Amino acid sequence: MTQSTEQPPKQKSLNPVPLKERMKVPRQHMLEQEPLLRAANFTEVNLGYSEELARREAQRCLECAKPVCTTDCPVGVKVKEFVQLIVAGDYLGAAAKIREDNVLPAITGRVCPQEDHCEGGCLMGKKVEPLGIGYLERFVADYEQRHLDISNLPKAPTTGKKVAIVGSGPSGLTAAGDLVQKGHQVHVFEALHEIGGVLVYGIPEFRLPKAIIRQQVDYMRAMGVEFETDVVVGRTVTIDELMNEEGYDAVFIGTGAGLPQFMGIPGEHLNGVYSANEFLTRINLMHAYEFPKYDEPMVDFRGKNVAVIGGGNTALDAIRSALRLGAGHAFILYRRSEAEMPARIEEVKHAKQEGIEFQVLAAPLEFLDDGKGWLAGARCQKMALGEPDASGRRRPVPIEGSEYEIPLAVAVIAIGTSANPIVQSTTPGLNTNKRNYIDADPLTQRTSRKGVFAGGDIVTGSATVILAMGAGRRAAKSINEYLTGSGTW
Amino acid sequence: MFKILEAEFLAPGIKRFVIEAPRIARKQKPGQFVILRLYEEGERIPITIEHSDPERGTIGIVVQSAGKTTNLLNSLKTGDSILDVVGPLGKPSHIDKFGTVVVMGGGVGTAMAYPTAVALKRAGNRVISIVGARTKELVILERELRETSDALMLTTDDGTYADKGFVTDKLRQLIENGTRIDLVLAIGPIPMMRAVAEMTRKERIRTIVSLNPIMIDGTGMCGGCRVLIDGKSEFACVDGPEFDAHRVDFSVLVQRNSMYRTAEQKSMEDFQRETKSQIESVRAQQTAACALQGELR
Repeated sequence: MTQSTEQPPKQKSLNPVPLKERMKVPRQHMLEQEPLLRAANFTEVNLGYSEELARREAQRCLECAKPVCTTDCPVGVKVKEFVQLIVAGDYLGAAAKIREDNVLPAITGRVCPQEDHCEGGCLMGKKVEPLGIGYLERFVADYEQRHLDISNLPKAPTTGKKVAIVGSGPSGLTAAGDLVQKGHQVHVFEALHEIGGVLVYGIPEFRLPKAIIRQQVDYMRAMGVEFETDVVVGRTVTIDELMNEEGYDAVFIGTGAGLPQFMGIPGEHLNGVYSANEFLTRINLMHAYEFPKYDEPMVDFRGKNVAVIGGGNTALDAIRSALRLGAGHAFILYRRSEAEMPARIEEVKHAKQEGIEFQVLAAPLEFLDDGKGWLAGARCQKMALGEPDASGRRRPVPIEGSEYEIPLAVAVIAIGTSANPIVQSTTPGLNTNKRNYIDADPLTQRTSRKGVFAGGDIVTGSATVILAMGAGRRAAKSINEYLTGSGTW
Repeated sequence: MFKILEAEFLAPGIKRFVIEAPRIARKQKPGQFVILRLYEEGERIPITIEHSDPERGTIGIVVQSAGKTTNLLNSLKTGDSILDVVGPLGKPSHIDKFGTVVVMGGGVGTAMAYPTAVALKRAGNRVISIVGARTKELVILERELRETSDALMLTTDDGTYADKGFVTDKLRQLIENGTRIDLVLAIGPIPMMRAVAEMTRKERIRTIVSLNPIMIDGTGMCGGCRVLIDGKSEFACVDGPEFDAHRVDFSVLVQRNSMYRTAEQKSMEDFQRETKSQIESVRAQQTAACALQGELR
């Protein structure tokens, strides 16, 4: 950042609420579906802000001289500026302001853990509730969706350079959006039949509706991004073929941390035991909850005991989905305590409102067979908290002699994922670490292969949508520099 | 959208398709499969690739009507399209010069064993093929396999064609005659593969089977296709689909494949009741998708 010696002229705030009054205005809550109602459907929990609520919330912004919200945002959204545009009633202007740094505002406005980023840094949060930045972003993005004509988006002059994006998840979409705005020809390859990666197969409709993803993707199409589904890079075509035979000047790998981890305990093969990836993919990508309109089936959950093992957002998505499929008793089984849970605060709150039970400090030792190959229950063990481990969270320590059994019809294992190996194993010279994640420079996202960049979960291991987007953004900047510069590596 | 260039019944309920899929055709190796989806509301099903023609940009698959999706697929004709075809997936068959290889195909599994038989023959092996079908009219690829094999043995369960009996009877004959067998490849219904595995286990003959568990993405992402190999979970889509038969837990495979039987039956019944309208709606989607594809270009 270059510092200007001249002081910018101090702008008069358009905000009608005097600065000292703003802390007194309570945070405006978003309308939600009633817990008991929504626990039985898959439509979105949050209903959004009205214009009035959005402006009232926007007026709370303290308009800090050095906004921490922006520096704490992995993609650097200019929060203060877009919020000021909401105050001024220029919602499309606010959307355009967000889009300068974030090509997926309707998605981040819904699934970003704001408490860890923008809202976590908000000065108001020290005294009262922080500014509802995520809610405002969502409002603006949804307003844009309804009011902006995307048929004639301005296009940058073409550079004649071609970039292949491998994977259409958050990092790939972000890189694609940034690169197309620089005038590069951008082609996104997706292995599945729908664009969106984890946004489509991992995050349920009640948190991120598919229509929202489709609209954001349509916007990117209108920007000039090309998409090709049903291509498993590494199998259908290799990175080398893309560069040597199909004329791509650079490749970004954003294939995500796709492989589900199992616990390695007896009985994991039983019918009724799922990985979170499979369970959520059936529901989200394949619409199993709409069987028989959709062909993909799901076991009957009605009235059954269902446990999800894990404490992250994926675990909560899974258990709340199980509840919506009619589970009689739906609970989280987590080996640490609630304080160590990595899930988003809002998801934990919503889950509790809906009647999800949290059994913490417990882990299964074995899944029990009903004698016919179906899950009948789990033998569990209680845990206590020990010293902090490598993640900084207190380590769970088994309590001897605390084993107990619980009856279960379905168990979903949501304890994390590992690197999908397909690209690594088919790209000679692409360096990986010992867990098989791709080695990439944390600033430039460059890999050991010239012209090949990587970012998101395939580099860092499982993280969040917004962190993957941050990596996509850095990669796009670095790819642009590579393509327009001397091309050295 | 993937255009169907040819579609012909090889036997009642068994249809062979040639599909335009240039990327897959270029990369396919024997033993690999594709996953396909017919329409928006459809499921994803894995099907072994029977052959590919890189120059023409086509792949061939052979499909046996079993549930709703395969019945619907087999209702499609030349000129229709398939919404999604992705692949080639899975590890290719291990091709080497083993010596004498017995390739066994049960029912439609014959079509899946065929490309590997060709590759094994090309690699310099002596290939003995054993093909079994329930009845005469279900015998497929007889001519092709005869051309590829040093010897071809045929059985039908009901004795309406060739010898009455099972493929395992022929395998036993070979073993009892003292034929030296270096490798057995068996592809077919689970009970057949299991019976072959039991027979060769005693004889210590290396045996490979191709497994067909329920699968969704086919890239290792969902873990739904996990099979128990030597007591440990492996994914058929990325670690297989071919496995050492003597290490496979077939009971778990049978049990996991039965997981959605009730739902599958319901889908099938609905389809049988509304066959015509379901096929029409699939065709309507194809037309719409083709138009959209043209528009995007």
